[in-house]
Amino acid sequence: MGAATITESHRGHGGLGSRLRIFAYLAPGMTGFLIFIVIPLVASLTISLFSWPLLGTSEFVGIDNYRRMFSGEDPAFYTILRNTVVFALLYTAANLIISTGISYWLQHLPNRFSRILRIIFFIPVVTPMAGNALIWRLLLNDDGVVNSALSSIGAPSLPWLNNPKLAMGSMVIMSLWQGLGYNIVVLTAGLNGINPSVLEASELDGATGLRRFFQVVFPILSPTFFFCTVMTVIGAFKVFAQPFFLTKGGPGESTNTIVLALYRNGFSFDKLGYASALAWVLFVIVMLLTALQFSQQKRWVNYDS
Amino acid sequence: MTLEHRSNISKIISYSLLTLIAVAFLFPFAWMLASSLKPTSEVFSSGASFTGSRLAWDNYTEATRQTPLGRIILNSILVSTCGALLTMTVSLLSAYAFTRLRFRFRDHLFILFLGTLVLPQEVLVIPLYIGFQHLGLVNSYTALILPFAFGAFGAFLIRQFILSLPLEFEEAARIDGAGDLKILWHILIPLLKAPVLVVGVFSFIDYWSAFLWPLIVVNDADLATIPLGLQMFSGERGTDWGPMMAAVSMSVIPSFFIVAFLQSQLEKGVTLGAFGGR
Repeated sequence: MGAATITESHRGHGGLGSRLRIFAYLAPGMTGFLIFIVIPLVASLTISLFSWPLLGTSEFVGIDNYRRMFSGEDPAFYTILRNTVVFALLYTAANLIISTGISYWLQHLPNRFSRILRIIFFIPVVTPMAGNALIWRLLLNDDGVVNSALSSIGAPSLPWLNNPKLAMGSMVIMSLWQGLGYNIVVLTAGLNGINPSVLEASELDGATGLRRFFQVVFPILSPTFFFCTVMTVIGAFKVFAQPFFLTKGGPGESTNTIVLALYRNGFSFDKLGYASALAWVLFVIVMLLTALQFSQQKRWVNYDS
Repeated sequence: MTLEHRSNISKIISYSLLTLIAVAFLFPFAWMLASSLKPTSEVFSSGASFTGSRLAWDNYTEATRQTPLGRIILNSILVSTCGALLTMTVSLLSAYAFTRLRFRFRDHLFILFLGTLVLPQEVLVIPLYIGFQHLGLVNSYTALILPFAFGAFGAFLIRQFILSLPLEFEEAARIDGAGDLKILWHILIPLLKAPVLVVGVFSFIDYWSAFLWPLIVVNDADLATIPLGLQMFSGERGTDWGPMMAAVSMSVIPSFFIVAFLQSQLEKGVTLGAFGGR
């Protein structure tokens, strides 16, 4: 735990007393970290090498769970992988573009008005995802208000949750409604950190509109934007409550995702080993993507302004 | 004159567009409330009308009849409050250790700890479930609260704050003979009220919204938290939309108050979380 050897904790305080003190402050957090994060992470990899039912005895099967996934023996695997990646790409791209647009837009408005709008955008962030998804199931139902609004302007009703392509789109739209507010608040804070004189100078230089945004504002905003990108991608890969409540993963398998499949394999199909293998696939994908983003940040993230 | 005119027009367009977007953002909640007050048979058949043939307050009593909703809301309050208090305490102690105490490998350990900020909790649920099952703690408040109070976010955020405080106060108190606990309690905690509160609020919201873990570890309706309770309404026998929307309303409305009262703290927390991170 790193606390075994102590050099000096404070001037004039050394020895046994200070060791005890360090232990007392560090132990609660680090014991929890070890028991509830480090050990489960390692255990998850171990369990993924077993055939492990909820009750009954488990059996070591080596990499068989992984082989079953990648060999296509479980036809659902590549589907859930593709669904999750498609969702994550669509959701992250749309979220970043829209939230950056809205934050920049709000930046030019008087404080009180923009503040109220930011509060409104933030509300779905703190309401439980389960409730949010159920509200959208109500809205997007075949006889729901969205379709009756469409028919009142003479447009055809759409099977929002019952058509494979539309269902994925509905899930993205619902998730955008839920998640945009967080990035808007973060990006607004980033925009507020920009020195107004830099903007005035660029205006005098004749930079306007989009050119001003991409040449002046965005480079200064890039560290914040980078943070949003990393966190949004991670969040997107964990998508679970939306398909669980909105579509039950359907129609067919069209909105089934890694975490939904993880839950079903573990707790409906009684295959905890296979579910753990799915968890590790999720973990590796998220780690690789995060590492990739950090390694690429020098190309476009600008820390020196 | 024409330039001013044009900027006024663009202002009007800007304001109306944004107002329209804001209304669209709030519409799902409005529709939720409206539907919770319609008889179930009219939730869909009444088309795009906000009001049903009568105000169906009985949806709310029906919701509490179908599930132990009062108990479920109390469970959520209990679990979220205890979880938040535990998270705040543990984070504060860790943050103090990682800033003001010196020990070998301190910074290495902290970086390792920080790395788990990007670890999806979903990866941990199966070993956690097996562990709690072995200990006979499935279906318990302990299982609902304990595993998710030890993330790095809280310690990280409070640490950022402590780093910005000058050492002088603490050194003066130390010269006067105050111990660590006294310094932490009387000097640091009053200064750290804001970040500790932010950690508490965020932790509360996380516990309040948590779904996957409660779904796995609880199968006793008397221990259900709100998201789990909502799941009970869409059973095999079809969805009872009126009572369900009543339940959703009751689960969503406390969050409105959180936003209203703590909006500036929440923004501060999000902002700090973003900026210390690089």
